Amino acid sequence: MMARLWNRRTRAFLLVMPMALFIAVFFVWPLVIMVKQSVSDTAVLQILPRTADEVAGWDRASPPSEAMQAALIADLRAATDEKAVGDMVRRLNSAQSGFRTLMSKTISAVAKPETGPLLAPVDKRWMQPPYWIAIADALEPRTDRYLLAAVDLERDATGDITQMPEGSSANRLIFGRTFWIAGLVTLFCVLIGYPYALLIAASTGTTRAILLAAVLLPLWTSLLVRTAAWFILLQEQGLINGFLLSTGVIASPLALIFNRTGVVIAMTHVLLPLMVLPIYSVLVTIPTNLMPAATSLGAHPLRAFVHVMLPLSLRGVVSGMLLVFMTAVGYYITPALVGGAGDQMISAIIAFYSTQTANWSMASALGMVLLAITLVLYVVYAQLSGRNSIGGRM
Amino acid sequence: MRPGKLIPAVFGLLAVSFLLLPLLVILPLAFTSSLFLIYPIPSFSLRWFDVLVTNPVWRAAIVNSLIIGIGTTILSTVLGGLASLGLREKLRFVSAPLSTLFLLPMVVPAVVLGVGLQILYARFGLSSTYLGMIIAHTVIAIPLVMVSVTNSLQGMDSRLELAAASLGAGPAATLLHVTLPLAMPGILTGAVLAFAVSLDEVVLNIFLAGPGQRTIARQMFAELRDNISPAIAAAAFLFIAGTIVLMALVLLMRRRVGGTAS
Repeated sequence: MMARLWNRRTRAFLLVMPMALFIAVFFVWPLVIMVKQSVSDTAVLQILPRTADEVAGWDRASPPSEAMQAALIADLRAATDEKAVGDMVRRLNSAQSGFRTLMSKTISAVAKPETGPLLAPVDKRWMQPPYWIAIADALEPRTDRYLLAAVDLERDATGDITQMPEGSSANRLIFGRTFWIAGLVTLFCVLIGYPYALLIAASTGTTRAILLAAVLLPLWTSLLVRTAAWFILLQEQGLINGFLLSTGVIASPLALIFNRTGVVIAMTHVLLPLMVLPIYSVLVTIPTNLMPAATSLGAHPLRAFVHVMLPLSLRGVVSGMLLVFMTAVGYYITPALVGGAGDQMISAIIAFYSTQTANWSMASALGMVLLAITLVLYVVYAQLSGRNSIGGRM
Repeated sequence: MRPGKLIPAVFGLLAVSFLLLPLLVILPLAFTSSLFLIYPIPSFSLRWFDVLVTNPVWRAAIVNSLIIGIGTTILSTVLGGLASLGLREKLRFVSAPLSTLFLLPMVVPAVVLGVGLQILYARFGLSSTYLGMIIAHTVIAIPLVMVSVTNSLQGMDSRLELAAASLGAGPAATLLHVTLPLAMPGILTGAVLAFAVSLDEVVLNIFLAGPGQRTIARQMFAELRDNISPAIAAAAFLFIAGTIVLMALVLLMRRRVGGTAS
């Protein structure tokens, strides 16, 4: 008996193993790497390992020691990866302005064998502690600067956390915009989706089949196809403007695309099924005789709805709202296609850092914030709707 | 009609049009002879389908979508199918957390996964490779395969397997001749969903693919941004037609399998 149980467990283990390994390597690990990347800052340490050893014993006030200067020269001579050197210079320049010119001057100087072991002849600035303090700070392999920058904060010269200067970073604005758009979409989805789910639950036969099919068909249709379709409807010579112009409702075409209106309309359409289905799945479990019972006891239909139907279906409504909001917060494709420059959400900024400027640290820090928000929403959602309900929406 | 009935009817009609109108308006434009993706359609023509199959960019995109889609389908169905079978054994503190973990790729935003995989791929030389794209799509397809296979396994009468075992079938024979045929509808549904996810995926393609792995969806995304031509509608038509064919196939399979099982 024990042997058989053991056998079954071994078999189960062997069956799950490939998947567990796959998910560990290609799902968990990338997220861990991302978290590490968002707090790691090795651009300078990578190029200046000898300098790091020397700077460790420095008091941050007296002029740089000869050993520090010699180490810096040795490090710069040993550095061959031009891209990595560029990263280092950029990193140092962001901490102390003037570093870019100082470094390029120094790098071309150390290329000549007669330079050294002192740096004063190359540039007097090397005698000033601020430049060395910038190097010492940048040598620290762990940093919170990217996470702080993700919410528009930075450390000042004394190490205190302060606001970034006005206009230097817009991440908070974009997070705010992301929540605002996701909130608007959730609101419209619930305004259309809740009555619609009630309508499905109240209908029977063919009507119910048609109403359900109208929700499921868009869900099965490619996101790209649906977004392209909104293009056709919303553009200046699109069907909606054409219809409104020909009926004389408007005199000139409305701006419906490449702005907030277009983004909210298209995203509401894309996410509406995610609102309707959770609500509907709760509604069908509510006995159909409760509302007639309430009204037959003298309750006004509206009162009956508020006191009977609404509380019973609330779990579905909140699930739907969380699901829509959670999905909307991470949206990239739809705003990128039907939105304007002022409608880009946080995903677009992450994609920009990651694919356009290869600034993985900043992309990771912003990704961390987005991931944290999504996971918190998901935990609440999972608590509300019980296990496996995420599969229920398929 | 009383207003009590009229208002829901009007609302229902409006909501159904909102949901379905976008899908309906794009299909006829696949057959336009115009250079632009707008109505009215001057005359019907198949020129944009011709573009899809003769234009090297679109052609490469179709081939890439098929390679990545089929690779994803096979990998995710095998991994997901095996894991679903294994997770039937309920081990405390193991099975439930693993099930949740395998569903999480559906929750994590695509850009977040994209950043993480981009850094990982840069280290292992998987950037701009077919294998890299297949792996990335498999990660996001796995939850769907898990859900559909698990659902069909849960709906299965476990006494059938006990009967097979009591009649002398070994574990392998039971799996091959009883469990797998019964789970086939769920496995096929999972496979179709995995293919559909891969076909429609754009974000990970932007993050991880090189010019050599551009898929149809990615090409549609690029065209919608730059030069909006009716080739998009033709591709959309193929997408929708493909979805319907695949869904019909699954339904047919289910009916056939269901028929022999009952």
